[in-house]
Amino acid sequence: MSASTTTQGNTAEYQADTNVGKIANFVDTRVGLSPIIKEFGRKIFPDHWSFMFGEVALYCFIILLLSGTFLAFWFDPTMVTTEYTGSYVPMQGVEMSAAYASSLNISFDIRGGLFLRQLHHWAALLFSVAIMVHMARIFFTGAFRRPRELNWVVGCLLFVMALVAGFSGYSLPDDVLSGNGLRIVDGLARSVPLVGAYISMLIFGGEFPGHGIIGRLYIVHVFIVPMIILALVVVHLFMVVVHKHTQFPGPGRTENNVVGFPVGPVYAAKAGGFFFIVFGVLAAIAATVQINAIWNYGPYDPSPVQAGSQPDWYMLWTDGALRIMPGNWPFTWEWDLFGLVTLPMAILLPIVALTVFIIGMFTWPWIERWVTKDNRVHNILDRPRNAPARTGLGVAAMVYYGVLMIAATGDLIATHFHLAVNDVIYLLRFLFFFGPIIAFIITRRVCLALQRKDREIVLHGRETGRVQQLPHGEFIEVHEPLDEYRRYKLVAFEDNQVLPAQQDAKGKVTGSEKLRGRLSRLFFEDRVAPVTPAELDAAHHEHAHDVHELESAGSSSSGH
Amino acid sequence: MADHRDGLPQGKKGNLLDRSADEQAVFQDPGLPPHRPRTTDVDSGAAKRAERQVALLFAISIIGSILFFVGYFGVRVDGDIYSVTDSAPTAALRLQNLLLGGGIALGMLGIGVGVVHWARTLMPDHELVEERHDVVTEDQRAEAEQIVGTILDESGIKRRPLIRNTLIGAAVLAPLPFVGLLKDLGPLNLTPLRHTLWDQGVRLVRDPSGTPIKASDVTLGSTFHVLPENLMDLGHEEGYLDQKAKAVVLLMRLDPDIVTVTPGREDWNVDGIFAYSKVCTHVGCPIALYEQHTHHLLCPCHQSTFDLANECEVVFGPASRPLPQLPIQVDDEGYLVARSDFTEPVGPTYSQRVIAVNEMEEENGN
Repeated sequence: MSASTTTQGNTAEYQADTNVGKIANFVDTRVGLSPIIKEFGRKIFPDHWSFMFGEVALYCFIILLLSGTFLAFWFDPTMVTTEYTGSYVPMQGVEMSAAYASSLNISFDIRGGLFLRQLHHWAALLFSVAIMVHMARIFFTGAFRRPRELNWVVGCLLFVMALVAGFSGYSLPDDVLSGNGLRIVDGLARSVPLVGAYISMLIFGGEFPGHGIIGRLYIVHVFIVPMIILALVVVHLFMVVVHKHTQFPGPGRTENNVVGFPVGPVYAAKAGGFFFIVFGVLAAIAATVQINAIWNYGPYDPSPVQAGSQPDWYMLWTDGALRIMPGNWPFTWEWDLFGLVTLPMAILLPIVALTVFIIGMFTWPWIERWVTKDNRVHNILDRPRNAPARTGLGVAAMVYYGVLMIAATGDLIATHFHLAVNDVIYLLRFLFFFGPIIAFIITRRVCLALQRKDREIVLHGRETGRVQQLPHGEFIEVHEPLDEYRRYKLVAFEDNQVLPAQQDAKGKVTGSEKLRGRLSRLFFEDRVAPVTPAELDAAHHEHAHDVHELESAGSSSSGH
Repeated sequence: MADHRDGLPQGKKGNLLDRSADEQAVFQDPGLPPHRPRTTDVDSGAAKRAERQVALLFAISIIGSILFFVGYFGVRVDGDIYSVTDSAPTAALRLQNLLLGGGIALGMLGIGVGVVHWARTLMPDHELVEERHDVVTEDQRAEAEQIVGTILDESGIKRRPLIRNTLIGAAVLAPLPFVGLLKDLGPLNLTPLRHTLWDQGVRLVRDPSGTPIKASDVTLGSTFHVLPENLMDLGHEEGYLDQKAKAVVLLMRLDPDIVTVTPGREDWNVDGIFAYSKVCTHVGCPIALYEQHTHHLLCPCHQSTFDLANECEVVFGPASRPLPQLPIQVDDEGYLVARSDFTEPVGPTYSQRVIAVNEMEEENGN
């Protein structure tokens, strides 16, 4: 029998005074709360408006889980035929699947159900927007470089999963529009060489549409995909903690520190408050702006379809890829190989175009590392202008994506602007190939111009807008020199240079190394170096003359 | 001149590492800029004002949440929605949605904006500095390597290849049953893709009324959405939609002068009345748009355009194949009936299509 529960020989254990303290101490001594608070309580996060897009995505996901759970209470994911008896008059007595009927019930007979549906749908749209803008931020600032390459890959997986989540959810209500989306999935699945028709049969449990697809999509949408997204989000955030957040260049910010606000209280308040702001904005949209009015479309029927049917925005680029592919020009794109296999190239090539984009996205950190031979740790971000080639390439990729996305609305563009749909598609076909190239060239030049502008500002100061006249009659604008903190922001960037093809150990220059050299030239041949102190001195000497003249003029004018 | 450091694209070469020593110098980091106090830091009146603003925002949130319940219990949606005779319930539903959503929006925004305003004006805004650490140090790596070595050593997996190899074999095979189980997600018989409900003598009926069509009903320029009559008896559980998805047909009368008919298909139309599959050969959307003056059919999904004058040849868009034609004739009572099923699989292409077409040709030949 031990005499005491306190550990023998030690000083007396801490005893809390308050009730809250007692509970906290209980948890602390059982699971170790103190180390967690020590690690995270005052952890530093850098502050920049562009760092919030990832947060928006995370908050949208939480809102999706919340609103989706409510919807699942009432949604019936089966294709059993029932006769609609709810309060929406135009559909009363119509035979439809239980999935569509329960979607109508959620919209019209569950109080607040319409709001939940609209909240869920709007949150899904914002979720994918936030993910893509967040990815663009990461890309254009070079935040994917070592040590964050793997987190970029996790982010890319999240992007793909967001598309799967969105599409599987979009198809659940089993209305005409979503059924047509599934019809296209059937067509795409069938196009896969050799096994396509079997894949379609397995997906739909027989011929399209079958009786199983809604239930299967339901489990994908409410279990498999959310679990994967949740797991990926955990890994994503865990890596953010391991790496600590990146920061923009600036005075006091180095590769070895993080400058910003502590989690408690400032960052927690800002980030936590921001969740409620995102929620509030989405709720306001859901309260006022109608989305996906499924009751207008009717239950799925393979026969009707409206003109101007578009998928949700994040799927537009896949639909657009299908639209700009010519099926018969300059020759037929359906190939019968040896009378044994039919290859619908008009579907397969667009799938290739999409896959190229996705693969390029996943592998970009390694491609850039190969070209620049830069394997250093980067915790300081690039300002996009200071990486002109990468920025140009990013914009080129956005144009590539954008052309495909716009192509999915070709019919609407044609009707709204009174154009022939054929002409719209011809133009987009041209832009698909040449748009990215044009975008790359223009963006790179714009970046270089912005860098030159930075140089101007550092060397000659900020334009004040004050125009003064010199004694000999010349007008000059007075420039105000920057303070050292602002100046440092403009000069603290890496001066990357062309790294020509190198010999390998055997003294040979391999073909891939030559390619790397050429790419390096494309990246860094035209570049703007940061201002050096010597250059600034020289510029100051030049200015001293003007300033001197101005000062003497000022003193003489005051004598009048 | 050859140096591009000023960013001017002057030439194509010579921008390499030839900078003189003094140019290598870079600006020194001046360190964190001095903290600039906010008005709330120096003016206690401003701080008091900010405190009141935050409290007001939280109060707005409370009002918002109450507004939700006003909408929930205060607005009654009694009766049918979108009813022609009584529009009150529809208006009530709209109002309720606005109040519910607006209440939640205010409830959330009040908290969110309030907390952020609090953080920005009243919580300290001194930037702090934290040191980073290497993701992994050399000591840790060496230690980890040693541990892994010990683990491998103690398990004996390297010394006993028999165990290792059998384990690999077992691990590869063990998940396969679960892949195999997926086979029964659906039947793997592709022959249904070749056939539809159309057959010799099956009447063409209107979609959705199910009434048969007389040849004389089909005037020049009119178009009919058509189903096979035997579909109408099919229940939903018996695959009504599956069959309908394949069997839908468009019917229209064309000016015989503009139509080209390939040899062998002369008797597939009835005095210029043609029937074509409505399922797009691209990815299967229903072709719902008929442009009468150009005699084109347009798929609303991806704008594949088919020329009716040339047996639905593709004139634009991503489809590669003409729409299959349904051979039709007139029965004794003057109604339009099918002469046979389609002679090729309808809808999107699949790999085994060419085999299917060849075999179907042979069957029809016999």
